[in-house]
Amino acid sequence: MTKKLLKGNYAVVEGALQGGIDAYFGYPITPQNEITEYMSQRMRAEDRVFLQAESELAAINMVFGAALTGKRTMTTSSSPGISLMQEGISYLAGCELPAVIVNVQRGGPGLGNIDGAQGDYFQSVKGGGHGDYRLLTLAPSSVGETYSMCRDSFDLAFKYRCPVLILTDGVIGQMIEPAEVDDTPLKKDKKVKDYGWNLTGCLGRERRVVRSLYMKEGALEKLNLRLAERYEAMKKETDWEESDTEDASLILVGYGTSARINYDAARRAREKGMKVGYFRPKTLYPFPSERLKELSGKANFLVVEMSMGQMVEDVRLAVSKDTHVEFYGRPAGGIPETDKILEICKKMTA
Amino acid sequence: MKKEIIISGFGGQGVMLAGTLLCYAGMRASKEVTFFPSYGAEMRGGTANCKVIISDSPIGSPVFSEADILISLNCPSFEKFYPSVKDGGIVFVNSSLFSPPAEERSFEMVKIPANNIAEECGTVLAANIVMIGSFAKKTGILDPETILQSIPEALEGKEKLWDINKKALSAGFNA
Amino acid sequence: MKIRHHYCTGCGHGIIHRLLCEVIDELEIREKIIAIAPVGCAVFGYFYWNFDTAEAAHGRPPAVAAAIKRILPDRIVMTYQGDGDLAAIGGNEMLHAANRGDNITVVFVNNACYGMTGGQMAPTTVMNQITTTTPYGRNIEDGYPIKVCELLKELEGTVYIERTSVDSPANIIKSKKALKKALNCQIEGKGFSLVEILSMCPVGWRLNPQQSLEWVNKSMKKQFPLGVFKDRL
Repeated sequence: MTKKLLKGNYAVVEGALQGGIDAYFGYPITPQNEITEYMSQRMRAEDRVFLQAESELAAINMVFGAALTGKRTMTTSSSPGISLMQEGISYLAGCELPAVIVNVQRGGPGLGNIDGAQGDYFQSVKGGGHGDYRLLTLAPSSVGETYSMCRDSFDLAFKYRCPVLILTDGVIGQMIEPAEVDDTPLKKDKKVKDYGWNLTGCLGRERRVVRSLYMKEGALEKLNLRLAERYEAMKKETDWEESDTEDASLILVGYGTSARINYDAARRAREKGMKVGYFRPKTLYPFPSERLKELSGKANFLVVEMSMGQMVEDVRLAVSKDTHVEFYGRPAGGIPETDKILEICKKMTA
Repeated sequence: MKKEIIISGFGGQGVMLAGTLLCYAGMRASKEVTFFPSYGAEMRGGTANCKVIISDSPIGSPVFSEADILISLNCPSFEKFYPSVKDGGIVFVNSSLFSPPAEERSFEMVKIPANNIAEECGTVLAANIVMIGSFAKKTGILDPETILQSIPEALEGKEKLWDINKKALSAGFNA
Repeated sequence: MKIRHHYCTGCGHGIIHRLLCEVIDELEIREKIIAIAPVGCAVFGYFYWNFDTAEAAHGRPPAVAAAIKRILPDRIVMTYQGDGDLAAIGGNEMLHAANRGDNITVVFVNNACYGMTGGQMAPTTVMNQITTTTPYGRNIEDGYPIKVCELLKELEGTVYIERTSVDSPANIIKSKKALKKALNCQIEGKGFSLVEILSMCPVGWRLNPQQSLEWVNKSMKKQFPLGVFKDRL
C-alpha cells in the first residue's frame, strides 16, 4: 500500500478500478461531479465501459443491464439523483443482481443544496424503493475508507447477489487527505464468467430468464423469503469502529462526517476528564445493534448526525430499555459543532 | 500542534493550489493533513476558499468554524473570513490589492504585496505561492525546503510552472 | 413443444412473436441473443422465447439494452416494447438510445392502447378513439398521437427505421422482412434499428378480431402510414 493525497470523489474511482469495475454509468450532479468526470477519463483509458446517461433513471437501468451480464458495474449520484434511481434499485434487488451505488449525500428535501448532509439514512437502510428488500449499506468516514469500501463492495455485491450502497456525503466527497491505496496493477481479465444466473446468450446451455414478476400463487413469497435469508446471512458483515468505550459512561455515536466530528469531541472531552467513548458504525445495514446493546449496560449514548435524527432510531432500538439516548444534529448542510457536543457531554456525564 | 487555516480569494487566484501545496508539504513533513474546498455553485460567484488543517495527531472534522490562520488574497474574502479568526491568530493579506485600515485587532496582520512580488518573479498568477512563502516564514509550521520539494507534486504535469513557483515561494519567504 | 399463449383472441403479439422467432432461427442467432421484455402484455414474452431474456422496469429496456450491448458487443441485443412502454414512460430512454446510435434492435408493437391494464389511452391512441380514459374520444386536450418512426428518423444515430403492420398476410410477410433487416443491421454493426408494427388489440378496442383487422387498416394507417422511414444500410 502507498499513501497518496486523494480527493474523496477520486477515491471512489480508484477504489472501483482496483475492485475490478467493468462498466460505469452516471449523470452529473454536485457534489459528486468529479466521479463522473474522472470515470470518463479512467474507464475508457483502461478499455472499460463508460457511458454518461441521459438521466439517473437511465443510469441505474444501464447498471441493471450491465449487472445482467455478470459484469462488475457501478453508478454514483447525490441525493436527488439517488431518489430518481430508487425504481431501478428495487428491480436490482428483485432480480437478485449485484451492483454498486454510491450516494454522495447533499442537503434535501427537494433540490435542497449542495452541501454535505446525512438526510438519506432512512432512504438507504429502510427501503427507498418499493418492496421488502434491503441494501447492504457501507458508510466510509475518510478518503482512505471510501477507497477501500468501493474496492471491496463488488465482492460483497456478488457474494450476496444484491445491490450494495455506499453512503457518503459532500464533505467526504470533496475533501482531500492522505489515503492508503493499493500498488497492485489493475486486473485485465475481460472474460465473461458464468455464474449460473447471468445472461450471455444461451450458447451451449439452457436459456435463462431474469425477472422480478411472479404472478403464480406463492412464487413471490418464495423470492422474498430467499432474500430475507440472505439479509440474515449478511449480518456477519456487520462492522464498526470504537475507542475508549471500556470505561465510558457516555458514548458518542455517528457515521461518516458526523463520526469525524465526534472523534474530535470525544478527544476533547477526555482531555477535560469526562469518560466519553466513541462508536462509529461502518455498516449501516446490517447495523451493529448487538454491540451497541452490549455497551448499553454501562453507558448512555449521544447520537450525532447531519440530519434531524434518523440513525438515532436504530440506536434506540438496539440499546437496553433503561439506557439514555440523546440526539444532537444539524440538517441540510449544517455541521454539528464540537462545542455543543461537549456541552451535552458535560450534562450527560454529570 | 494543530493549525486550522483558511485560504481565500477570487476564483483564478490559485486558492485551491495553495491549499493542496500545504497538504503535500504537510504530508512530506509526516504531519496529518486535510483539505476542504468551497465547490459547485459557490464557486461560480467568483470567490473561492479552502480549509486546510495541519496537525501532529489524527484529524477529525475537516470543516471548522474558527481559524488559526487566514490567508486572504483579496478584499471581499478578507471581509468574509476575518471575523472567524481566533484571538491571537494570524491574517496574511495581499496588500497589492487592499490594505485593511490600521486599527486594534484581536489578531496579528501580515501585509504582503503579493501581486507585485509575483510580477517581479515573472507572473502575477504566482501571488498565491508568494503568500505561502510568507506564511512559511511567519508561522514556522512548515519548512520552506519541504514546501519547495512539494511544488512538483502540487503541479503534477505542469513542469513549465515549477521554476516560477519555486521562485515565488522563495521571494515570499524572503519578503 | 406445444404451449398455449396467454394473449387474447385476435391479438397481434402471437403473430409478431412467431415472426421474430422464425427470423432469429433463420439468422442462427438464438444462442447469441439477449432480449429485454417490457412491462405490458408482452412482459411474459419469455414464456414463448427460447433464448436469454430479462424483464426491465417499465420503459427502460433501451437503457438496459444499451449497457448490455456495450459490454457484450458480439451478442445480439433486442428490446420488445409496446406503445406505453416505449413512447410514454420510456420516451426518454428510447430517444437517447436512438440518438446515441446504440447498436441494438427495437421491436415496437403499436396497438394504440394500453392492453394489459384494460385499454386506456396510449401515446399512440388515434384522434377520436374511445378508450377507458378517453370516454369521449381522444381530443386535443389529451394531446396528439406520437409518431415514433417520423421522430426517430431525424436523429443522426438511427440507421434503419420501418413501420409495418400485421393486419393481412401480405403485411405479415413484410413485417418479417423488416424484422430480419433490423436484426441484420445489428449483426453487421451498423447501429440503431427499430421496426414499428401496427397490431391488433380487440379487447382493448372493444371490437371483434375481424373488425380489429379492419380498424388497423382504416384508422391506424391513416395516422401511422406504413413504409421505410430510414435506411442507411
